[in-house]
Amino acid sequence: MSDKEKNTGGSKMNRRDVIKGLATVPVLGAMAYGTWRKTRQDHIRSHKLAKELNMSSENLEYTPYKHDGDTLRIGIIGFGIRGTQLMKAAGFAPPKTVQGWKDDAAKDSNNKRYSDFLEQDDLNIRITGVCDLFDVHAEDGLSAAANIGRESSDGKMGPAAKRYRNYREMLDSDEIDAVIIASPDHWHAQMTIDAAKAGKHVYAEKGFSLTMDETYLIRDAVKSSGIVYQLGHQGRQTESYIKAKEAIDKKLIGKINLIEVCTNRNSPNGAWVYDIHPDANEQTVDWTQFEEPCPVKHPWSPERFFRWRCWWDYGTGLSGDLLTHEFDAINQILGMGIPASASASGGVYFYKDKAKGHYVNEIREVPDVWNAVLEYPDQDFSILYSATLASNQDRGKTIMGHDGSLKLGNSLTIYADRESTRYKEKIESGLIDPELPIYTYIPGRKNVDTVASATEQYFASRGLLYTYRGGRRVDTTHLHIAEWIQSIREGTQPSCNIDQAFEEGVAAAMGIKAHRENRTIFWDKDTEQIV
Amino acid sequence: MKDITYSKWQLWSLVILRVAIGWHLLYEGIVKLLNPNWSSLGYLMDSKGLFEGLFHAMAGNAVVLNVMDFINVWGLILIGAGLIVGLFTRVAAISGIILLAFYYLSHPAIIGVSYAMPTEGSYLWVNKNLIELLTLWVVILFPTWKIIGMDRFLFNKK
Repeated sequence: MSDKEKNTGGSKMNRRDVIKGLATVPVLGAMAYGTWRKTRQDHIRSHKLAKELNMSSENLEYTPYKHDGDTLRIGIIGFGIRGTQLMKAAGFAPPKTVQGWKDDAAKDSNNKRYSDFLEQDDLNIRITGVCDLFDVHAEDGLSAAANIGRESSDGKMGPAAKRYRNYREMLDSDEIDAVIIASPDHWHAQMTIDAAKAGKHVYAEKGFSLTMDETYLIRDAVKSSGIVYQLGHQGRQTESYIKAKEAIDKKLIGKINLIEVCTNRNSPNGAWVYDIHPDANEQTVDWTQFEEPCPVKHPWSPERFFRWRCWWDYGTGLSGDLLTHEFDAINQILGMGIPASASASGGVYFYKDKAKGHYVNEIREVPDVWNAVLEYPDQDFSILYSATLASNQDRGKTIMGHDGSLKLGNSLTIYADRESTRYKEKIESGLIDPELPIYTYIPGRKNVDTVASATEQYFASRGLLYTYRGGRRVDTTHLHIAEWIQSIREGTQPSCNIDQAFEEGVAAAMGIKAHRENRTIFWDKDTEQIV
Repeated sequence: MKDITYSKWQLWSLVILRVAIGWHLLYEGIVKLLNPNWSSLGYLMDSKGLFEGLFHAMAGNAVVLNVMDFINVWGLILIGAGLIVGLFTRVAAISGIILLAFYYLSHPAIIGVSYAMPTEGSYLWVNKNLIELLTLWVVILFPTWKIIGMDRFLFNKK
């Protein structure tokens, strides 16, 4: 090749032709060499890290609970917002609701609610009783209970469930083996105690109880009856928590000294300012029964009936409602139990304006911004809970230790601390970079290894990846109910049993008491009394 | 086809450009092949713009998703290798343009959208996918593979 090159299309192939034809082939060799070097380096880092961290590499596969044997007969107490969700998780929804999901799916192929519901495991249960004090909700509950085939409108319905106007009649019935309690918090204790006495198994929503005194009574009743009790913290089924426990047990973040957990919401619904049903009136609602546990009775108030979480007479505020989810998540991982002391403060800072349509007659009592500190001097750490119902800033959960910190959401990320003692040499040698995670667990990822690519982490953190477990999307509430049903069948203890529930209940009650009495509340673990 | 004559500098610059694009595509393919967790799911779900619905539908169908994953991995590898060694280069370059067009259409740099994956630069309408696509078009218009590349053996046989 001199000044000009011409493609002359000759027929003879000479040495010059071969050189020109193959001139760029060595580039492939360079690519192979570079790829080999890089892969080997990544592999060595990953392998060394894996050896250092010693985390199990198996993924948590979706294993359906076993539900063979006789069909269990369940009664639902309370078919409001949460009751509806629990029934759906148990496999029952009103045909009109199913029709709505079906229509949504027809309009938008990404809307998987309908197919997810159809694919949800059959728990081999029937809903034989429905109890709700509001006629409209009770009717909806009955239509869900009869929908045994998960049919949409015009589908074939199964046998009708019985409506009970008082839960005590339901507990007296021979047609009921177990109850799901999704009533307001002020009823949880009495209903659970009565159910336990009647020998009915209980799945109860949080908060565990309304008051401190009730916590002991519930525990005694459940323990003496031998029923299977499960408190509704579906977070128990979250895979990343299970992996987090392993990481903590293997001391990956060293000596834990501070835990920060948060709640952030920013909508009237999230702040419990729910819609008031237009058909609710003194004829359609049994207000007297609703108020039965209240020492001081109130006149009929649709606002209090639907937005009961906003008043201390019925609800437990951020402590019982949302701190408890965080507490139970951390208790599942650390098993730290009841705090030695609790202090709390907060107020009604955002939802305080009648003029803005936040309220009809009464402004809420329970804070919408609230913070609590739980102390564990025996275990040398504090738990800091911080909540607002008027900002969506996502803060997640962080467990802080001397050697590293663990960030927890749907995925789990562990960072080494730059001043860590355990990782000192590894950080100095460059094997560990404190800026990069030393361990990442993304649920549903085909393989578990220590280093996930940046792309994967970005997508996963935004919920764009791996929303499926074992190839299917699974609702944790469904798993939690399924676990309870299996425990009843096998006579075993579910994950959020009465002992776990009692710890949650006492912690929440301490938080409420600390706030309402504006003082630090202490727990004497020997006498099991609040001081 | 009419023969094109190049200066030495023109020829080697075009060859280097061709090889560089090939290198990029080949390595993208190899990385995906070596990562057992790789899937186009996240990228497709992150699509925005006019064809968002189409890409979401692809992600929503397990069979289509598997086909897309396969095409991406092996498409990138074969296109990249083809451009580097200059074998079936024209087919490789056209395929590369089609693949890049998919990337561009699923993640267009249009006003008012942002993606889960942050970019390392700033783009308005024109982004690196589009530039790489246009560059491949130039590569097609200047068929250096007939001189430097294994296609030389095929073209010179006739």
